[in-house]
Amino acid sequence: MKIFRYIFVGIIFGITLTKAEVISWYRIYEMFRFQSFHMYGVIGTAIVVGIIAIQIIKRTGMKAVDGSPIEINPKQVSISRYLFGGIIFGLGWAMTGACPGPMFILVGNGFFVILAVIASAVLGTYVYGLIRHKLPH
Amino acid sequence: MLQHTVYPPSTFEQNLKRNMNEFINYVSQPWPWYVAGGLIAMVMFSLMVLGNSFGISSNLRTVCSIIGGGKHCEFFDFNWKSQTWNLIFAIGMIIGGFIASKYLTLDSTVNISEATVIELKSMGIENPGKDIVPAELFHWENLFTIKGFILLVLGGFFVGFGTRYAGGCTSGHAISGLSDLQLPSLIAVIGFFIGGLFMTYLILPHLIMF
Repeated sequence: MKIFRYIFVGIIFGITLTKAEVISWYRIYEMFRFQSFHMYGVIGTAIVVGIIAIQIIKRTGMKAVDGSPIEINPKQVSISRYLFGGIIFGLGWAMTGACPGPMFILVGNGFFVILAVIASAVLGTYVYGLIRHKLPH
Repeated sequence: MLQHTVYPPSTFEQNLKRNMNEFINYVSQPWPWYVAGGLIAMVMFSLMVLGNSFGISSNLRTVCSIIGGGKHCEFFDFNWKSQTWNLIFAIGMIIGGFIASKYLTLDSTVNISEATVIELKSMGIENPGKDIVPAELFHWENLFTIKGFILLVLGGFFVGFGTRYAGGCTSGHAISGLSDLQLPSLIAVIGFFIGGLFMTYLILPHLIMF
């Protein structure tokens, strides 16, 4: 069953981010105050291993499990949307101490008040959809 | 004499159980950053091999589509069923969080630096690092205070708005995009830090002490 593959990968991700304390508000605060290497180590290692993994995919022409080629779409070239969008996300990341992944994982950890944060994140996405034509991209 | 060398069947089971317990105790300690970083990259790699991509904030857009956003806004008018895999991945994440907290945690203290503890204590947070999130900020009643509303509700709004505007969050830009050496993702990550540093240095102390 395909469903179980995604559940399984999700479980690994949820356990990893919980056990490495990435879902902790304190760790995000500490990261933005440069008081510990921990979060930089987590993200840095993920990028280094990720670069190797993507180079292997590209250079070997690796196929996905269904036989289709693995496509990596280059992102649309622009500065304003990434910079402005990134800044707004950064403000929220520092306030809630959680990016979208940890938000879901915190629910599993029993911090149900994060459901209110997820609901307002959905609302934020919705409002973006409504006014995106008026924003510089 | 021979009886000492032949294990009765129950001893094997006891050994197995003891080894399992040792293993569970071992993984129940906090995991170091390099283990987490490697596993995060493997999660990204696994999703790519399954024919998808690693980007969690897309789920927020999918939810907007499911609840009928496509009727009022063309941005949410897409076949959300093609994104079901990502919702299932998110459900797996919730289950993973549950398993980790229920079965793989001996002590939920967060091992933050001494400097962070002292600083947050001076802002009035009791026992910084005692649990995953500060109890003062993460409880339901807090949502109805100005401080809690700004931190959690407005903060959540910024996360949802900003990730979609930037076209991705930490997973889509910082991990996937930088792993593919994409310049737009580097710009986005610089933005994450401009926003995060501005908030943490200039606004958060006032909010926490409000």
